[in-house]
Amino acid sequence: MTATDPRSVTGKFPPPAETFQLAVVGAGPAGLAAAIAAAEAGLRVLLIDENPVESAQMGLDVPLLYGGRATAATGRPARMLEQVIASDPGFAEAFDLGVDVRLGTACWGAFANGPNRQALPGLLLGLADAERSWLCGAQRLLLAPGARDLVLGFPGSDQPGVVGAQAVAALLGRYDAFAGRRAVVLGSGTLGIETALLLLERGIAVAAVIEARDVPQAPTDALDGRGVPVLCGMLPGEAIGGPDGVTALRLVATDGSPGPLLEADTVVLAVGTVPNVELAQVLGCALAFDALRGGWVPVLDADGATSLSMVFIAGDGAGLGDDAAAAGRRAALAAARSLGLAVAEAAPPRLPAPADAIAYRMDWMRGLIATGGAGTLVCQCEEVSRGDLLELRPPRYLDAPPPRPVASLGNGGPVHPDQVKRLTRAGMGPCQGRRCREQVAMLLALATDTPLETIPLASYRAPVRPLPLGLLADTEELAEMAAHWEVWFGIQGQWVPWRDIGTPREHLDRYGEPVDPGHL
Amino acid sequence: MRAPVQDTEATGAAVIVIGGGVTGLSAAWWLARQGVAVLVLERGIVGWEASGRNGGGCTHYASPLFREEQHLWPQMDALLGYPTEHRPYRIGVAMDEMGLKRFRRMAEIAAEDGFSATMLDPKALREAAPLVTEAAAGGVFFDFGGHANPQRTVQAYAWALEDLGGRILQHTTLTGFQRRGGKVTAVETDRGVFGCDTLVVAAGPGTGPLLGRLGAHLPMAPARAEMIVTEPLPPMRHGGVDGNGLYGRQTLRGNLAYGGGPHEWLAEEPPPDRPGTPLLRNLAHRVATLFPRAAHARVIRSWAGVIENTPDGRPVLDVLEDPPNVVAATMSSVGFGLSPASGRAIADLALHGSCQFADLSSLRLDRFKNVPLDWRERRGWVPPVPPDAGETAQHMGEFA
Repeated sequence: MTATDPRSVTGKFPPPAETFQLAVVGAGPAGLAAAIAAAEAGLRVLLIDENPVESAQMGLDVPLLYGGRATAATGRPARMLEQVIASDPGFAEAFDLGVDVRLGTACWGAFANGPNRQALPGLLLGLADAERSWLCGAQRLLLAPGARDLVLGFPGSDQPGVVGAQAVAALLGRYDAFAGRRAVVLGSGTLGIETALLLLERGIAVAAVIEARDVPQAPTDALDGRGVPVLCGMLPGEAIGGPDGVTALRLVATDGSPGPLLEADTVVLAVGTVPNVELAQVLGCALAFDALRGGWVPVLDADGATSLSMVFIAGDGAGLGDDAAAAGRRAALAAARSLGLAVAEAAPPRLPAPADAIAYRMDWMRGLIATGGAGTLVCQCEEVSRGDLLELRPPRYLDAPPPRPVASLGNGGPVHPDQVKRLTRAGMGPCQGRRCREQVAMLLALATDTPLETIPLASYRAPVRPLPLGLLADTEELAEMAAHWEVWFGIQGQWVPWRDIGTPREHLDRYGEPVDPGHL
Repeated sequence: MRAPVQDTEATGAAVIVIGGGVTGLSAAWWLARQGVAVLVLERGIVGWEASGRNGGGCTHYASPLFREEQHLWPQMDALLGYPTEHRPYRIGVAMDEMGLKRFRRMAEIAAEDGFSATMLDPKALREAAPLVTEAAAGGVFFDFGGHANPQRTVQAYAWALEDLGGRILQHTTLTGFQRRGGKVTAVETDRGVFGCDTLVVAAGPGTGPLLGRLGAHLPMAPARAEMIVTEPLPPMRHGGVDGNGLYGRQTLRGNLAYGGGPHEWLAEEPPPDRPGTPLLRNLAHRVATLFPRAAHARVIRSWAGVIENTPDGRPVLDVLEDPPNVVAATMSSVGFGLSPASGRAIADLALHGSCQFADLSSLRLDRFKNVPLDWRERRGWVPPVPPDAGETAQHMGEFA
């Protein structure tokens, strides 16, 4: 056997400069508890969290729907760093235990050897801060990425002031940098009621809680006497706004009749949250649809191990409704055991699953379609409306007629959101589909009259954070990478002009010079 | 188990095409244009593999199909009835003198087919492509060639085929062939048996293994390649600009979409996975070097695709000796741009036994008849061997 093709990827990725026994991604309740438990068990632990998120990313609504309601304080990283550390006493505990805590550090990719990917030196994380990107090795990986905001569109929702409940919690709780003064909350489930209470507690007026269904979806006693009506059978009809975004929200009843006009500078989407499975999918972990856990979630064993034995997931990123801290501890100890450490089991019972989050989400979507119509935007980045999506209209720069209805793409299987994305550009923009994926999937399910779980998950690809070319660039690559870099495969015969084949000119190289015979 | 196709639909066709990629769909469309009843069988979704995940280049001066490629692309939107986003011309950027020498050679080759190219000095290069680095040694403007949107094009073929009465069955897995009198008479699938007079196998990396089931030997090696794409930037006058070890284009929307660099050889009949790797950082480095004014542009996605290569890297477009009613079609990792012409050539092979408009003698299958079975090992075209999991853990333990 001769040497491996030098132009192939074999041997091009060096071992990472730093490797940890356990890397924990996400320093929310699950990730912090996991890092602390793993450090107590004796592991060498890295804990990263992208907070404080740079204000430029926030402007793209990455990773949450900040909706232009972060204050200017978020542009001051040092202050934000202090805020984040002060937001949870777990950080101090982790520091004391020797956990390598890195804030303002995002994980934009995670790579493991597996089907059709065998050239890696081991499990690698792609990390980036404001200055640079790099790769880090880990023997075990514990993902605690939490959940992001479920975004639902309505007329006028593509303007500043329409924010997600997770973003509100982050801006109020972690950053103390929320710019809204008077809010309307959409959704009366636990998320909606808790969001309304948080806003009130922080001195922000709540004009109303709006519920698409006929009755509140969670106990509202805590709102009693606080001047916050819960308006059921109502939907956002149109957000009215000016240069600074939303100034009022006109409601519409689910039967289409006009509702009241509520003055507010903020509309909080609190209908649901979405488990962050992007890194799990990039790694190749098995995913499954679970309506009781928020949609697409990783397939896990009782300890939080994924289908990849070295990857664990805990918290909302594993599916909604668990005790995040307990799940983080459990997964961390399982990771420690898998590395040969003798540590005690920690297996608290899973909490009972919450109500069907998907059925609730679908009720909202049906109502918003009925009242908002086909012109409402689904994809803000690429300006794709519901109607554009359902008739597969090519993007405006092509000025081409809609070819045929979206359902025609099925042809023996479900309509794939990625195929719809390629044709309409819905989900193709800089927010990486965070603001539209769930709406696209729901629209496809409704248009094809199929259950939501049959619509495939729109694929996540690295980098799962939008990062500048210059920051993502590997400027310290192996010399072998540059030495053997080819535009395409570098097969000598591939670009020989067909007329020269079988003639002496067949053995001229790309420069017209005779080829070294050893290269043939 | 999938539901069988309804009896009324489970009829065969004069020509069955296995593979709903860009080559198979184009071939089927050309056949349908000539009134031939055609059926495309696709195991997944049309254009889902490498056909929809590539650089979109339409400039293949070394191919016997080059002239037809150049002739057809400007007409494709009108012929298909759907937009392909085709735009003419290419600009090559040379970072050094060797790069310029290479472009001069390319221009020489294209001139033999009557196409012209103009060498550009650094100033002219930047006027033509303002994002390009000032460090470039120069470039070339090809007064031919171009680029198109692979995803939109592949769907255009599929719709145009259906408009002509051609049929596509997606999510259909082939399970076997029926043969009678030395010929293939039907294709067995998980959705029924479909009779045919002629069979076209255009299944990308699956082409060799499928032909193997019919007793033919078409050596090929699958590999995975990667690309990255940025957020949209203001469009340059010409989108078809590449160089610095990259292939790709600025899309009509304005995204920079580029690939290049090392590929990963895969085992035969690879699984459907298309994972990415940290190679995206090396790609980002080269894109930022080629277009320093775009270094702030955010990378928002990466792709990977699986493509096949024959031992000499050139296509096979040929009628088998046995069974004689089978056309073998692999484009050896360069399929998209040539698809208008390759489909037409395949249609000719299926109907007439030979191509009516191009000399395909360099693409015959029999050139591989003496390729040894272990040719991949001899060439080093083999998958990497990952570090053993246990060893890795131990090795990393030393770091820790």
